[in-house]
Amino acid sequence: MAQAITRVSTPPPVRSEPRVKLPWPLNIYQTAVGKKWVMGLTGIALLGFIVVHMIGNLHLYEGPLEIHEYAETLRDLGTKLLPRTWLLWIMRIGLIIAFALHIHSAYSLSRMSIAADKRYPGGRSYIAANFASRTMRWTGPIIGLYLFYHLADLTWGWFNPDFVRGDPYHNVSESLSSIPVAILYIVANTALAVHIFHGTWSMFQSLGVNSPRYNHLRRYLAAGLAGIILVGNLSFPIFVQAGVIDDDGRSIVEELQHGTAEGEDH
Amino acid sequence: MSSEINLTLKVWRQPGPLAEGRFVTYEASGISTDASFLEMLDIVNERLIEMGDEPIVFESDCREGICGTCGLMINGQAHGPQKGTATCQLHMRSFNDGDHIVIEPWRATSFPVLRDLAVDRRAMDAIIAAGGYISVNTGAAPDANLTPVPKETADTAFDAAACIGCGACVAACPNSAAQLFTAAKVQHLNLLPQGQAQRWARTEAMVETMEEFFGSCTNHGECEEACPKEIPIDFIAWTNRDYIKAKVKNRKLAG
Amino acid sequence: MLGSLDARIPAGSLDSKWTDHKFSMRLVNPNNKRRFDVIVVGSGLAGASAAASLGELGYRVKVLTYHDSPRRAHSIAAQGGINAAKNYQNDGDSVYRLFYDTIKGGDYRAREANVYRLAEVSVDIIDQATAQGVPFAREYGGLLDNRSFGGAQVSRTFYARGQTGQQLLLGAYSALMRQVAAGTVELHTRSEMLELVMHDGRAVGVVTRDLITGEIVAHSAHAVVLATGGYGNVYFLSTNAKMCNVTAAWRAHRKGALFANPCYTQIHPTCIPASDDFQSKLTLMSESLRNDGRIWVPVAHDDGREPDQIPDADRDYFLERKYPAFGNLVPRDVASRNAKTVVDEGRGVGPLRNGVYLDFSGAMARDGEAMIRAKYGNLFDMYERITGEDPYRVPMRIYPATHYTMGGLWVDYELMSNVPGLFVLGEANFSDHGANRLGASALMQGLADGYFILPYTIGNYLSDFLGDPALEISEPAFANAEQAVTDEVNRWLSIGGTRSVDHYHRELGKLVWDYIGMARNKTGLEKALSEIPALREEYHRNVRVLGSADTLNQSLEKAGRVADLFELAELMARDALTREESCGGHFREEHQTEEGEAMRDDDNFTHVAAWEWNGEGTPQTRHREELEFENVELTQRSYK
Repeated sequence: MAQAITRVSTPPPVRSEPRVKLPWPLNIYQTAVGKKWVMGLTGIALLGFIVVHMIGNLHLYEGPLEIHEYAETLRDLGTKLLPRTWLLWIMRIGLIIAFALHIHSAYSLSRMSIAADKRYPGGRSYIAANFASRTMRWTGPIIGLYLFYHLADLTWGWFNPDFVRGDPYHNVSESLSSIPVAILYIVANTALAVHIFHGTWSMFQSLGVNSPRYNHLRRYLAAGLAGIILVGNLSFPIFVQAGVIDDDGRSIVEELQHGTAEGEDH
Repeated sequence: MSSEINLTLKVWRQPGPLAEGRFVTYEASGISTDASFLEMLDIVNERLIEMGDEPIVFESDCREGICGTCGLMINGQAHGPQKGTATCQLHMRSFNDGDHIVIEPWRATSFPVLRDLAVDRRAMDAIIAAGGYISVNTGAAPDANLTPVPKETADTAFDAAACIGCGACVAACPNSAAQLFTAAKVQHLNLLPQGQAQRWARTEAMVETMEEFFGSCTNHGECEEACPKEIPIDFIAWTNRDYIKAKVKNRKLAG
Repeated sequence: MLGSLDARIPAGSLDSKWTDHKFSMRLVNPNNKRRFDVIVVGSGLAGASAAASLGELGYRVKVLTYHDSPRRAHSIAAQGGINAAKNYQNDGDSVYRLFYDTIKGGDYRAREANVYRLAEVSVDIIDQATAQGVPFAREYGGLLDNRSFGGAQVSRTFYARGQTGQQLLLGAYSALMRQVAAGTVELHTRSEMLELVMHDGRAVGVVTRDLITGEIVAHSAHAVVLATGGYGNVYFLSTNAKMCNVTAAWRAHRKGALFANPCYTQIHPTCIPASDDFQSKLTLMSESLRNDGRIWVPVAHDDGREPDQIPDADRDYFLERKYPAFGNLVPRDVASRNAKTVVDEGRGVGPLRNGVYLDFSGAMARDGEAMIRAKYGNLFDMYERITGEDPYRVPMRIYPATHYTMGGLWVDYELMSNVPGLFVLGEANFSDHGANRLGASALMQGLADGYFILPYTIGNYLSDFLGDPALEISEPAFANAEQAVTDEVNRWLSIGGTRSVDHYHRELGKLVWDYIGMARNKTGLEKALSEIPALREEYHRNVRVLGSADTLNQSLEKAGRVADLFELAELMARDALTREESCGGHFREEHQTEEGEAMRDDDNFTHVAAWEWNGEGTPQTRHREELEFENVELTQRSYK
């Protein structure tokens, strides 16, 4: 619908009409509520990934071979219908798109709010806003930077001279045994949990999922999810540091390739 | 019972819309705790006039919490420390002897300061003009009891309709979003059977007008805390839902 | 010159007057409506509903309000409800009964024809408001709920929690904003009308001051509609909003519009007493509290004990004692006067000895605290917020306060003043409530005038001017009016006195409350007629208005308003002095029965007193409009 003509004299609008009106349904993304909606939906996708990723990583505790096999299983997904790794790549592309939209909507909405907002030189007190809600614009970029490091470190192996492609156990234990890296992981994953705490609750509001009878459960769900992800993700750097995850510099993948692996019947 | 307290006020003074503003400190001594916050400012103003200083400009009208004219940022809190209370109904017994009180106008880009503590809130009227009504010409209405409205629906619609349009939600919002105001106005009409015909057009038009002037909600919940009528942010969620539905429905209806 | 005033009431039987008159009035065809400009001053129930309705019809409307938004008008503060003769409760209500109750409640000082029309259109108001989305209270079956209000014997009051006025105003405001968006209504906020512009004996426009920039602006139109509310703030302390004033009506009065019955003011019995000298306004508590609360004061003078230490034997439930039949539910004026009597005797309660107790302990013992909480919880909360006392533990303290003014600019049956082209709606006119207004009738009258009466009658006036453009604002009439406003503004700024506007307003209020308050007498009124002009003279000599004319300057705004209130106060005293009878809200101590009840003088005062301005310093001339009662018999009220 065309913008209603308002004949009330007002201060100049903070935000002007988009120059190009995109066709439906893309025009939804041109509005703030639409962007919030996209942010909520992509948030669900990213949250789903994070939960699965965390649970998958728990294979680390089973041993080097098990996590390796888990990784291979992922690459094998959907091979009945598609060539190997295709489905994984489809999911990865989906995640990349979701991530890009999540960031873009956050960025443009922040700009909108900054344009609309005048600070209080006398200071303000917060009553309802919590640490998580107020730090979304900080935890978000922290997670983004961390994600880049995380990929570079454990997927691309840029920072790890001992990197062995396809051997998560080895790479994780090599990387996280360094104290600065472990600290970085702990900080970043704490930020992630904080982000998820507000994001999960906020998502219900943005998507309009609201029923007074169940509303009180949303905070519990948010806290529960954030807590589980926090505990799960922090366990890895902590247990590497504690020596629970440790392959003494040996790579199970290299050993498999060289036929020196012990025990496992392959 | 009542007693007298002495306060130090740090008040935002700004001679006009384009002028630079600054804080000026005033001593407010011998203020009765039975005085309302605005009566305390009245007393300060009387003293200022006596000394030949121009009084502090602040707005108020009904002074019983219903007209929505008043609104001050008091120690960083919209309408001050008492929950569910507009500035005019806040009384000095909420403060202690020796307190320092910082008083600022509402702040948002679309609420430009006119003078001192008075701001221009016409952007909120623009949101109403965009669709905050049911189009029924005078005389065209059917009998009031023709359409029964479930009591619960009427009550919930009233909860939304209780909005006094003071702008505290915008002032309290770290994003200067007017989502609670808009949602209250949208849902009041969207919930009632009488409002169904224009439900989707209204939602789209009002939300988009809101977005021209105000920031984007990040679900802090500060607005609900500041609202003198304690309007819940559930209405925001419902409006978000209605908005996406409207985007689909209006397209279908428009062909 | 004015002879005896003719209200132009149509002939015919009472129940067909309005129907017949609607048919006989001339119409303006839809294409021609857009060639007429109408100015509406005020955006409360009457102004907003009139402007919206006129806009819908196609007139070019300009709304002027001094508020920052039309939604802030004081109609918003009405709590109780709105009457309508719907008879949804099947309890014997009818248009005739509402008419009868209103005439009787007004102590037979209102026009039959107007009141009947008001009762007739009352039903349409409820339909209109419901269709606009006003969330009236409903029963579980989904139909509208009613309650009995202000001692009425039928349940005809529609309500929206304790915020009926707010919801009705938001309905009218939304209709107005719809027309603003449609382009039929031009909205000017923060514009205060300071002059009525006359040309050839007709009202042709107004001059306003922009409250932000100080700009003086002329507005021209074919007709001017004033919907600017009442003058209760002449008492300084009243339940009216701080900005309420008489200025628009008064400036019209100074240009020739008659001011009718200024002495008819209504005092509301259940307000929170003032707590100190700094008190800026009084807050009303819904009258419904009297359904369960018992009103009392100590028997002894200056009884210093806490209320719970005073045994029943030492308490005087004075309303129950004097009016066994109605008890605490006697009409507003009776309850108010009796409270004043006991306080004047020195039996008042509270720190300033200026209130009476309204005690719920009996009701709580009977129905349980939960029941009382459910019924009055929000009112009790409001009381606690203001006084800091918990009314569940300590009896409330209440005292009467000015609430509504029945007097106002004189209008004929078509709501046009004696100045052609000047229409007056709502509380600003004098028309429908006589000497006393019934509870829940103010909202009804404002909306009746705006939605259902003016839109018809204005066409009857405008149809004479088809093809005539509105007067150019370059005409001398506008330039003169603009100059007058500029001069006035400059005069206030140049006085350079020592005391603030509020100081004088407060002093004026005390005089008016003492001499023209709940009970008046000849000596007091004569004192008022000498003291008010003296204070007024001092005001004009010694008021201090700081700052400049070209900014938001609240002292400057108030200066003009208080000046008008001074002139009005004098007229109130004169009107009260001349009306040698007691009726409704006007109680002359010389005219009471042996039991202390109001005593009317129907032989000599069954008329409206409408005052004509004769220039500054000269008393106004009193004109009469005789009231004919063809349908109801005049009786004396009794609440024994």
